[in-house]
Amino acid sequence: MLPSAVRPDCAVAVASGVHWIGALDPDLRSFDIILRTANGTSYNAYAVRGSAGVAIIDTVKASYAESFFRRLESVAGYDEITTIVLNHLEPDHSGALPELLRRAPAATLYVSHQARPMLKGLFDPAEFEHRIVAVGTGDTADLGDRQLEFINTPYLHWPDTQCTWLAATGTLFSGDFLGCHYCDPRLFNDAVGDFRFSFEYYYAHIMRPFRAHVREALDLIEPLPLRTIAPGHGPILRDDPRDYVRRYRALSAPSLHGADSKTLLVFYISAYGATRRMAEAVAAGAEQVGDVRVSLYDIEGSEPQPFVDLIEEADALLFGSPTINGDAVKPVWDLLSSLTMVDVKGKLGAAFGSYGWSGEAVPMIEDRLRRLKLRVPVAGVKARLEPTGDEFAACRELGRQTALHLLGRAEHRVVDMASLT
Amino acid sequence: MPKATVTFEDIGVTVTVPAGTRLIEISEKVGAGITYGCREGECCTCLTRIVSGHEHLAAPSILEDQVLKDNLAPRHHRLACQAQVLGGNIVVKPA
Ligand code: FES
Ligand SMILES: [Fe+2]
Ligand SMILES: [Fe+2]
Repeated sequence: MLPSAVRPDCAVAVASGVHWIGALDPDLRSFDIILRTANGTSYNAYAVRGSAGVAIIDTVKASYAESFFRRLESVAGYDEITTIVLNHLEPDHSGALPELLRRAPAATLYVSHQARPMLKGLFDPAEFEHRIVAVGTGDTADLGDRQLEFINTPYLHWPDTQCTWLAATGTLFSGDFLGCHYCDPRLFNDAVGDFRFSFEYYYAHIMRPFRAHVREALDLIEPLPLRTIAPGHGPILRDDPRDYVRRYRALSAPSLHGADSKTLLVFYISAYGATRRMAEAVAAGAEQVGDVRVSLYDIEGSEPQPFVDLIEEADALLFGSPTINGDAVKPVWDLLSSLTMVDVKGKLGAAFGSYGWSGEAVPMIEDRLRRLKLRVPVAGVKARLEPTGDEFAACRELGRQTALHLLGRAEHRVVDMASLT
Repeated sequence: MPKATVTFEDIGVTVTVPAGTRLIEISEKVGAGITYGCREGECCTCLTRIVSGHEHLAAPSILEDQVLKDNLAPRHHRLACQAQVLGGNIVVKPA
């Protein structure tokens, strides 16, 4: 047995007047379906005592509510609770919220403005309506001799996420931000096992798609005199908390340098070489424009992951796929389905490909690109079997127009809705 | 049928459309950068800045107004999945 900071039904002191009252879930092996959790996770919740009342920050997954309440009861009475803060409404943090609101009838609930309308998904708003306050950066909750300050940090990783700062002890309650799925009863980063992998894995899967928001949050958090980061999952970071903030800064910075110009990537996969020749024409057309860095990749030549890294930094993505059995081919879908790992919103996209008799791949890829929130301003090009001279010309034009859009030099077009398919 | 034009600033395209069309339908067809989620006026994903001609859109429903308010949408912003074009010239771009 590992030595433990956590005893049944007891809170654990984190800082002066601050206690951990969360729950350990060592047996969990996958989180939200998409995350593997090799040694489980923890749902961290905290109690902060001030001269005028107690604040509870976050709760736990519903199945751990009872142990959360017992831990809470070891440091505070329900009638002392004046303040409840939810930094994030996902069920792993809000599972015990409705019951907590019932048990602590004097408490006011503080959530972000973005979280406010989402509360109706958790309970009947009529029941607690008058006890809810929506807050943003700079707003505070008063505990008498100390204040909680709210910092609005949306999209980490939901629209509703915020952080809560307790200046009195230099403690940042960061929610999912700066957390990880790593369950260890020794609780503090200087006492637990090696969780560096978990920290990076969590960033890569939860925060990376929102890296622009990560950077904005870091801008707000870096100036704070941090002594402890108390996240919603995983070890409490009391030893060199700034190290983790620096790591997020590095992870969220653009990874490739030397690409001062806009970058356009052409990906293709080809059975008989027709889609490949189309891809070459698309790339040549883009190259014509100049000022754009054009690259051509055969999807069959790599696992999706390195391509995903490239795509994260690129500005335009063009995909070529043959149509086989009425669909784009699997390696293309494998790559496209990996793009939820990074932020592709607003990049330019386009599709092209050869086909035998139907040609669904191109519109299907275009649809997928739109659903991934790319802009797809130039209609794709399909060619039946071996592309003709005209079709190659259309491919070059597709590349050229996409490059022009990238540079903001595309001609203003006027079209009629009826002419669009 | 009365016609209107909608210009998508982010991709430099002006579309002539019949009155009654919703912004999202047009945006989708021309590949502009307005993105959507629920398409039912709930998630606010399709928030769109009306650069000019907001008076040429049908007034927001009570529900749309509430979602715009909940999401702290600035002035002259609409949900593209809800906003219907009435006529005239409208210029939009993703929020
Ligand atoms: S797409 Fe959800 S509000 Fe318009
Ligand atoms: Fe979460
Ligand atoms: Fe979480």
